[in-house]
Order: sequence, then structure tokens, then C-alpha cells
Amino acid sequence: MSSSQLLDQLTDSQVKAKASRAAFGEFLQEFGAKNPRIVALDADLSKSTQTQHFAKKFPDRFFNMGIAEANMIGVAAGLARADFIPFAASFGCFLTGRFDQIRMSVSFTNANVRLIGTHAGVGIGEDGHSQMALEDLALMRVLPHMTVLQPADEADTKRLLEWSLSHKGPCYFRLTRQNLKSIKWSTESQKVKVGHWDFLHTEPNSIMLINSGGLLESCIKVADRLRIEGHKVSIVNASWISPVAHENFSKIAELKPQLIVSVEDHYTVGGLASVIAENLIEKHAYFPLCKVGVRDFGASGSPQDNLKVYGLDPEGIYQQIKKCYNK
Amino acid sequence: MTFTWPAGSPTSSPVRLALRQAILESIFLAESGHPGGSLSLVEILTAIFDGNFLQSPSDQQNPERDRLVLSKGHGVPALYALYSQLGYFDAKELRGLRKSGHFLQGHPDHLRYPLMEASTGSLGQGVSVALGLALGLRVKFEKGELKRLPKVYCILGDGESQEGQVWECLMSCGKFLPGNLIFILDANEGQIDGPVKEIMDLEPLADKLKAFRLNVSEINGQDVKAIQDKLKSIEIKTHAPAQFIIARTLKGQGVKSMERVIDWHGKAPNKEELKRSLDEIYGENNRPNGSLLEGANL
Repeated sequence: MSSSQLLDQLTDSQVKAKASRAAFGEFLQEFGAKNPRIVALDADLSKSTQTQHFAKKFPDRFFNMGIAEANMIGVAAGLARADFIPFAASFGCFLTGRFDQIRMSVSFTNANVRLIGTHAGVGIGEDGHSQMALEDLALMRVLPHMTVLQPADEADTKRLLEWSLSHKGPCYFRLTRQNLKSIKWSTESQKVKVGHWDFLHTEPNSIMLINSGGLLESCIKVADRLRIEGHKVSIVNASWISPVAHENFSKIAELKPQLIVSVEDHYTVGGLASVIAENLIEKHAYFPLCKVGVRDFGASGSPQDNLKVYGLDPEGIYQQIKKCYNK
Repeated sequence: MTFTWPAGSPTSSPVRLALRQAILESIFLAESGHPGGSLSLVEILTAIFDGNFLQSPSDQQNPERDRLVLSKGHGVPALYALYSQLGYFDAKELRGLRKSGHFLQGHPDHLRYPLMEASTGSLGQGVSVALGLALGLRVKFEKGELKRLPKVYCILGDGESQEGQVWECLMSCGKFLPGNLIFILDANEGQIDGPVKEIMDLEPLADKLKAFRLNVSEINGQDVKAIQDKLKSIEIKTHAPAQFIIARTLKGQGVKSMERVIDWHGKAPNKEELKRSLDEIYGENNRPNGSLLEGANL
């Protein structure tokens, strides 16, 4: 068994790694041309969120709202009321920081708005805590009507965005600043099924790593390392944070993992770890859970250094798993 | 005698008196609500709906209809009463205000009553939704999807205008020039904790609004004819500064014992207070239109 076996099986080095925000920018441009109902709004971050390309191509359907996110969210809700499909983009922290506007003007009215929150987690690097979305999943997933999605690579981002065009109701997309390695998705995974997670590699009685967002490649590397040590491993990708299909948890329960590891560049409270715990307990399925994520405010540092400091690089994830496993 | 609407146009005196009665009686039956800020809306709302608003009870979701966003959501009993008077629903539904399972929610709720174009009640938010609607309708009109450019009215409160989002929105109106958007400020001078002037003064309001590049006018909001004339004079254009009408009203307008009394911001009248108010409206024991209380489960 070669040390990079799962990495080779599951990732595609032929395809250039791409940030999910860049994938969003390309999607918006492409589908903006096909669908005249698509409009976009930004709050002076169009170069970062990648709405700039749409803005250049379709100036009559682009609204730069200035640095005024609360108004942007309300205007997006109004545009939705006039039958448009608005994509309102900013950094995830600034968007979800306007929680009351999202609560009242968007989710309560089931407004057909797509909120695009880029710059997820400590992985953004040098800008530090103020620019990092770390609690956005927790905030968005408590809202009825709100679909919450965190794609894992370029293809995943584009297919979930395309799916959202056929959906009626608000969606929150959590996207990364940093590039994400391309995943070799199964034919099954390439069909979007609401709430369904991707069981990329499964073995019964294994250490099961469940990723949401930009850390899937690291999870696969950790899995390979655990296999060398003789552990059985499973790898699951959870792009759906809300809603989640109950089948995910039946499948997990059937596989009887020795240990479940949730991996996310988000607080360990309220995000993926909570989704897993809440749903398994509801099914009376009890497994030890190792929560890998952020437990303190973010800080400045290079993306690589930040992931290391917060224990989200392969070494950090591995060490936390060992600690949980040996308990 | 159960309540029936008097004949007449919305701005006619008998109808405006009956609207005040319906507001007070529905709030009485709900045992909660906001009489002060509902009563101050009567002249503004009737002036809009009497010839300045294209919408019909028989075709409520017509894409070319005019829109109304009540950003000061707590005043909604006035809008419910008017929709009933215009034939959108039977007056006896007003007895369901704020009751469990009823579509007449305590604050406008779009999903339970789709003519409430925005769900409001968290102050400062309806203005942005109204702007988004105005911009979206303008895009549709310019692309030829709509034959007429619908007007979007947005009514906000003076206390509400202390919210930062209102000013974010007004600033962006200076950029986008939504010529089909008409803000009307129900400047009734009161908010829960006291007079606006004391809690957080907005003046010099007209100067501030002009500095935001809005088309500002100031009128007597107690004079229904003056409001009607103002609305009639507005020329709707695709790209022009948004209209902003400061309507100087009174909290509790039209009911002497409630006028200017801060206490009537957010409480229901009891039986004696209701009787006194109706006597002030119609004269002692004179109830020409019957009562919503007749036939209600009391």
C-alpha cells in the first residue's frame, strides 16, 4: 500500500487547484449570460468576492452598494420580490454579521436570495480575525428556510450554485479565499441530492473523517497516514450543512465508526461538529466525536502558519485524532 | 349592529372616521397593539389609495401593480383596516388581528399575507426592501417586461429613522436614482420612550435629506387633501431622485384623548377608554357603522 494511495484515488492533480470564490466568479459570469433573472450585489469587495467579472459584463444587473451590507441585504430581498435571483456577496463575516437583516428581510420572507460569504476561516491568513468568518455556519443554520452550503472544490461549488438556480428560497454559500485541490467525484456525487453527503471512501469500524469546506485534501492526507499505521479509515464530505438528509446519519450508524472526526475551518461550536452530534444523538447512534476546528479568535499569519497554529493542517488534525483515539 | 363600512371614497370623512374606529376596536379585541402610530397613518394611507395607487382586490398579484412597503410595521392595523374597507377582505376578519393562526399578524408578514410586500417590524429594514423592489421593477420596465413602471411607496416612522440602515438606504438612493420610489415619513413626533426630539432628535431633517440628494417636500400630514395633492403632483420617471415626503402628523391623530400622548404608542385601550375614544370620534353614543365587538367572542 503506497503512502499516497487515497490521495491519488480521490484527488485530481491534472486539474488546477482553485478557490471556491474563483469558481463562484466564473459561475456567475457564465450563468449570468444564460439567465437574465440573475443579478448581483456587492459591498465594495467585488475584486475579492469575484463578482467583478459579472459587473463588467452585465453592468445593468450589477449593484455596487458601497460599504453598507445591511442595506445590500434588504435591497437583495426587494430584488427577489421583483422575481430576480440576486447574488449578494461580501466576506462571510460581514454578511452574517448583519444577522437581523438576514433573519427578517431574507429568511422570514423566504426571499429567493443567494448570500455569498467568501473568506471562510483562519485559512484566509494575514488579515487576521476581523476578516474571518468563523461563526457564519452557526448563525445561518439556525434560520428556517435557509439552505447552507459549503463546497469542497471548484466542481462542487459550480454544481451546487447551479442547483440553487432551480431552488426557491434563500441560500448561504460559504466559500474560501485559498485554492482547493480538485476532487475525483463519483458519478453519484456529481448529481446534486439535497442534504446528501459524499461517502468518498468507507470501511466499517473505521476512523471516520468528515470534512466540510476547504480541508478535504488535508483529511485525505491524514487518512493515508492512519492507514499506514494499520487503521481502517472512512472519508466523508459534507457540503450540506442545512438541510441534511437523515440517510447520512443512517449510513454513518451502519458503518459503526470507532471514532468520528469532524474537520472544519469554523468554530467547533455550531457548525459541522454540531450537525453531526445533534443528528446522530437523535438516531440513538452514539460514537465518540473528535471535534477538529477553531476554538479561539483568529489572528494574523500566513494561511499555512494559521492552519498549523490552529491545528488544521494534516499534522495538527492527525495529532488531535491520536489524542481522541487513545482516550 | 355588526360593523359595516360606510359608503364613500377612502379619503371621505365618514370612511376615515370608520377606519379610526376599526383600528381601535381591532386593537381592543387583540388586547395589544399600537394605536398611536396606527392612527397617525390614516390620512397618509387613504391619500395613497384614493387615486394614487394601482392595485385591485380582484387581481392582487398583477405584476404591474403599485407596491406599498410599510417599514414602520407596528402601524399595520391601519393598513389592514384600509384593505378591508377597499374590499380585500371582510371586516369581520379584523377581529382576528394578532390572534393565533390568523393572517393579520401583529406586524406585516409577507408569507401569511402576500400583499405585505415586506415583513417588517424590525425597524429600518423595509426601506431597503422597497428600494430593491423599485430597482427590480425598473429593470423589468426598461427591458420591456412591464408596460408601466410601478410606483413603490415606502412609509417609515420618525423614530425608525434613527436606524443606521435607513441612512445607508437613502445614501444609495442618491446613487441609483429610483424615480419610482416614494418615501413618506410619518413624522408623528413620538416613540416608545418619549418624544423623538428628546430621545434622539432628527432635526434639521429636511436639510439632512436634501444633502442625501433626495427630492424632499414637507407637508401637513393631518390634511388629507394636502397629501393627495402632493402625491398627484409627483411625476414618475425611471431615473430621478427618490421622493421623500415628510408628513407632519400626530401620534394618536384624530382621537383627542390619544393625540400626543406617548403612552398610546403601544397599548390597547380598555373598554372605558375605547368608549371615550369612539365618543370623541362620533359624538356621545353615536355608532353609525355598528361595532366590530358585535359578534366577536368577548
